[in-house]
Amino acid sequence: MENFEPEIVAFCCHYCAYTAADMAGSKRISYPSNVKIIRVPCTGKVDALHLMKALEKGADGVYVAGCLEGDCHFKNGNIRAKARVERVQKFLEELGWETERVTMLNMSAGMGEVFAKTAKEFTEKIKTLGPNPVKLRKTKAV
Amino acid sequence: MITAEQKPLQEIIGYIAPYGKILVVGCNECVTVCAAGGRKEVGLLASAIHLDRLKQGKTIDIKEITLERQCDPEYVEELVSSVGEVDAIVSMACGCGVQTIASRYKVPVFPAVNTKFMGASKSQGIWEERCQGCGDCMLGITGGICPVARCSKSLLNGPCGGTSDGQCEISPDTPCAWRLIWERLVELGIEDRYEELNMAKDWRPAGGAGPRRIIREDLA
Repeated sequence: MENFEPEIVAFCCHYCAYTAADMAGSKRISYPSNVKIIRVPCTGKVDALHLMKALEKGADGVYVAGCLEGDCHFKNGNIRAKARVERVQKFLEELGWETERVTMLNMSAGMGEVFAKTAKEFTEKIKTLGPNPVKLRKTKAV
Repeated sequence: MITAEQKPLQEIIGYIAPYGKILVVGCNECVTVCAAGGRKEVGLLASAIHLDRLKQGKTIDIKEITLERQCDPEYVEELVSSVGEVDAIVSMACGCGVQTIASRYKVPVFPAVNTKFMGASKSQGIWEERCQGCGDCMLGITGGICPVARCSKSLLNGPCGGTSDGQCEISPDTPCAWRLIWERLVELGIEDRYEELNMAKDWRPAGGAGPRRIIREDLA
């Protein structure tokens, strides 16, 4: 488990977190390459099914990064996304999975440092949790 | 519409534990509107079952189908080609849908939702009971507010002593139906109707005389 490098899927809002990631790049602030970004027009576009499918296909952690609360470009897409993340967390809890594998983050477009910091923190947290149980079983089977 | 809520995942997982091939069937009608058993919920449930099995190192084949309506035999017939390939069916429809499937196919059928009540949408994500199907609608004399469904005691002639600040004693979130009826009658200027006594209700059409049936001879 020492060399465990998690695969993390980040659904990032075009108007904030995605731009923040870009900002981090422009400022030469590095963040873990484990984080694979999927740009969405608004986190309100992210469905609970997208989060579940990501886990089902082996992602070790999934997060949704939207605008600061009250600042959504589409008024309340980030609030809806937060509710969906909580729904998936409830599913995971019922299944006996670690709910921390899915989380919601908020930041503005100018927060390049915050994007990098949260990406690092989330990656570290997932490293402590270990691989997605789905992958673990597959590896054992091999 | 008929409202429903998904059952706890562990209960559903328990039902299907012995089976390796299952069919999850959604319904495009009421349970889609109340976000309990439509196409999206079918996908989520299938995904959750997958996650559970994979965690245990087991596999499961899950087929997902969402029918136009599960309470009509014509639509349930569409499952005929899929049912032969599965060990069990999980229905995300109301109890009517589950029973329609169970009466058609010789495969175990399990409910994935708890059917709740006949309700209306108050706002996004909130549904409230509005009808108990008493079989003898009295909305015409109560200003369009049903005392059978909305009064906790189904009182027919005004509120009980449990009314407090216009709310029902069962919960401060539940308005007293008879307070609502009175306000509505006043609003409509027909409050004198409140004085008219309603006779004791015949509860046989409400189900008191056993399972109910409608036969329309012009259609049957």
